[in-house]
Amino acid sequence: MESFTIKVNGETKTVQADADTPLLWVLRDHLDLVGTKFGCGIAQCGACTVHIDGEAARSCLLPISSVGEGAVTTIEGLSEKGDHALQEAWKEVDVPQCGYCQAGQIMTAAAFLEKNPSPSTDEIKDAMHGNICRCASYQRIHKAVKIASEKLS
Amino acid sequence: MSTNIPNTFSRRDFLRTSALAGGGMLIGFNLITACKEKAEMPVDIASLNFNDFNAFIKIADNGYVTIYSPNPEIGQGVKTSMPMIIAEELDVPWDHVNVEQGKLDTENFQRQVAGGSQSIRFGWDALRQTGATTRQMLVNAAAARWGVEASTCSTKQGVITNAKGETLGYGDVVKEAAALEVPEGVTLKEPKDYTIIGHDAVNVDIEKIVTGKPLFGLDYKKEGMLYAAILRPPSFGKKLVSFDDTEAKKVDGVTDVVRFGEKAIALRSANAWVAGMLGQSDKIAVVATSTWQAMKGRDALKAVWEDGSPMESTEGHDDELIKILDGSNLNTLRKDGDVKKAFAKADATLERTYESPFLPHACMEPMNFFADVTADKVHLVGPIQTPAGTAQSVAGMLGRDPKDIHLEMTRMGGGFGRRLYGDFAIEAAELSAKINKPVKMVCTREDDIGIGVYRPGIKYRIKAGVKDGKVTSYHLKEACINSNMYGLIPHFFPAGAIENYQVDAGNYKSNITTGAWRAPYTHFLAFAEQAFFDELAEMMEIDPVQLRLDLLQNVKGHKDENIQYEPKRMEDVINLAVEKSGYRNKKDGVFQGFCAYYCHNTHVAEVADVVIENDKPVVKKVTVAVDCGIVVNPTGAKNQIEGGVIDGIGHAMYGDLSFSNGTPNAQNYDKYRLIRMKEAPEVETHFVENELSPTGLGEPALPPAVAAIAIAINQATGKRLYKQPFANKLEVKELIG
Ligand code: FES
Ligand code: FES
Repeated sequence: MESFTIKVNGETKTVQADADTPLLWVLRDHLDLVGTKFGCGIAQCGACTVHIDGEAARSCLLPISSVGEGAVTTIEGLSEKGDHALQEAWKEVDVPQCGYCQAGQIMTAAAFLEKNPSPSTDEIKDAMHGNICRCASYQRIHKAVKIASEKLS
Repeated sequence: MSTNIPNTFSRRDFLRTSALAGGGMLIGFNLITACKEKAEMPVDIASLNFNDFNAFIKIADNGYVTIYSPNPEIGQGVKTSMPMIIAEELDVPWDHVNVEQGKLDTENFQRQVAGGSQSIRFGWDALRQTGATTRQMLVNAAAARWGVEASTCSTKQGVITNAKGETLGYGDVVKEAAALEVPEGVTLKEPKDYTIIGHDAVNVDIEKIVTGKPLFGLDYKKEGMLYAAILRPPSFGKKLVSFDDTEAKKVDGVTDVVRFGEKAIALRSANAWVAGMLGQSDKIAVVATSTWQAMKGRDALKAVWEDGSPMESTEGHDDELIKILDGSNLNTLRKDGDVKKAFAKADATLERTYESPFLPHACMEPMNFFADVTADKVHLVGPIQTPAGTAQSVAGMLGRDPKDIHLEMTRMGGGFGRRLYGDFAIEAAELSAKINKPVKMVCTREDDIGIGVYRPGIKYRIKAGVKDGKVTSYHLKEACINSNMYGLIPHFFPAGAIENYQVDAGNYKSNITTGAWRAPYTHFLAFAEQAFFDELAEMMEIDPVQLRLDLLQNVKGHKDENIQYEPKRMEDVINLAVEKSGYRNKKDGVFQGFCAYYCHNTHVAEVADVVIENDKPVVKKVTVAVDCGIVVNPTGAKNQIEGGVIDGIGHAMYGDLSFSNGTPNAQNYDKYRLIRMKEAPEVETHFVENELSPTGLGEPALPPAVAAIAIAINQATGKRLYKQPFANKLEVKELIG
């Protein structure tokens, strides 16, 4: 194993891991940040979505060795008090069913709204299409992203 | 109407109280049975014991209420809706109520609440009774302090008022209330007085979910815990011969490589329900200090497998099931009149065959479980819907006293039936016992889909005869893998509505493990039956809704206790769906499909709107009318309905788990396609308002959605759909995110 130093949620962390270890497992197993979820491991579901320098990234396929200087943000670091416009909208709309996919949904939406603060209905659908919700809470995810975008813009 | 709301209860042996050492009052209650005579009430929160009580209520000195329930949450919202019922009768403001997951750590698992979609139905009376009895004790305590009759006092929002207008908060009288006798014959509220039930309450775990707090089985950690990845047979039918772990042991962090599974095989032969990952072969676990190292170690194993039993394929299954439908070796599950004779006399008959493949559950959180087996006890933690059966199986398998088994349930990342089977927990327990270490077994998505417990392939053949403009005969045959429809399903609509009626079922035994999947049987039967009625109406040249309404007339006054769907309730949902969807006033370019169905004690009618975009049918909207009795939590109820409808559509359109040589051809979301946002229609829900006891909503909205879209797609394209997944026939392109 090797030593890697990465920036997560504004803090610098050093971990011992094999170079090919996906960031997902470093977050979950080494850093106790279990909000980022494992769903497929092949970049198909979005449950593991984090931000790297503000861009949405699927942590399940991203080796720790390639994170480098990138600033990693996880759901735990999205806002200090859990009050990001999206988190608030998620509560308002009562989005989750089982809840497992929702951190990934919120992280995908957060990166998207940074780029496109007032998206159209179709743009939201396009942006969120890559994230699976097995419980199919899509209608509410869509609504919550819309509400958050209205508050942000 | 079959249900009413009794408003008094005489039982009181289900509830005990104590004063808490740190102040406040504790109420322990048992929703299912009376408490044991010797049941001791704890006097501090740390020692809540769920042996005799399956939930507790704490009322603090300031009147705030905490409800502790070990009830698992699978995504159906019961962790929110069940406490709402208690709070309503207790008469406290909902924002003074906190809900906490109690630790299930009990030796007597029979008393555990199952937590499925039927929880509300079974818990309704008991939860109200608990809240009302507690409220009465508080009133009695206040009345005693005032020296007045309790009947002259009233409550509102956690405050007790006497005839003189003097008030006491609940918190003011908890100490005295805790010492009082549990009263009998308490009165329940009238539904018109509800202030919590029927009002939206957001999921009680929402804060934790949106901030990524540990909640799920996969999130659980314990000091010294290791992680295990398991190499299981590559196909159903293969058995392990030998393996080489030289490379696996070289992987950093790998602590153990062990062959195990013999105990589970023995258990499997004794308990048919233990399925999935167990019983077909022993296997190899690679245990390591992190998930990734365990997976890497597992991938480095070299194993030799041999054929233990035949490797099956979808083509083979299709042949076998058609043979069953063509043959005469079926069991008759219900028979009215004589269908054969009626067919012979009919003016016209219609016969159709409907087919569906295997489906995995593909829960978002892959199967996983923690086990720590020590000389002292067996500690199990994870997402499981059947703690009772699983704990018993583990006790039997390890030869332990059931008292040694301590099982804690976590929130579950979806269930859909998969977590009814304890295979993954049993596997973790056997492994921990073998290596003598605390270990969490983690499945990859490929493990989860590749060796699961599946919804089996099913085929239905339906034939109906029409004479003088009336449906006079109906014969349904079911061919399914490993099992058949059960319970009252053969007595669902149109049983009782058609004079000559017969349901037959036969099955083919496969070595691929099969089991329950959200809305078992009805999720596909509803499509077959309702799509058939649509085609029958077309043949008879009558309006499909009218055909259903006419048939329902025949059931009125029917005295058959097996028939539980109620014509009046069915008519109500039909009329509501027709009205709200604009069914009789169709807009240009919108094609609609109608379906009405009863299952899981709930009547539902749905209308799907389909339009043609780029030459392809697109489902735009589904209007749902539901009669689920009193709606406890409308936002939660609608969430279940929206999810059920879209889940049903997704699986009918895309769900396909075919097998070649005993192996599923799709093992991850790249090949196994789940519905995604752009494919999900809008779902609009309307409830029939009544004051009947509530029923669960996790399942009943799913089955009718499939027929509704299939019928609408036929309207739009002229293509009748008989075989799932529909996307194949419709040539809908693969959409990968
Ligand atoms: S776990 Fe990374 S996309 Fe599914
Ligand atoms: S809420 Fe269950 S997977 Fe999205």
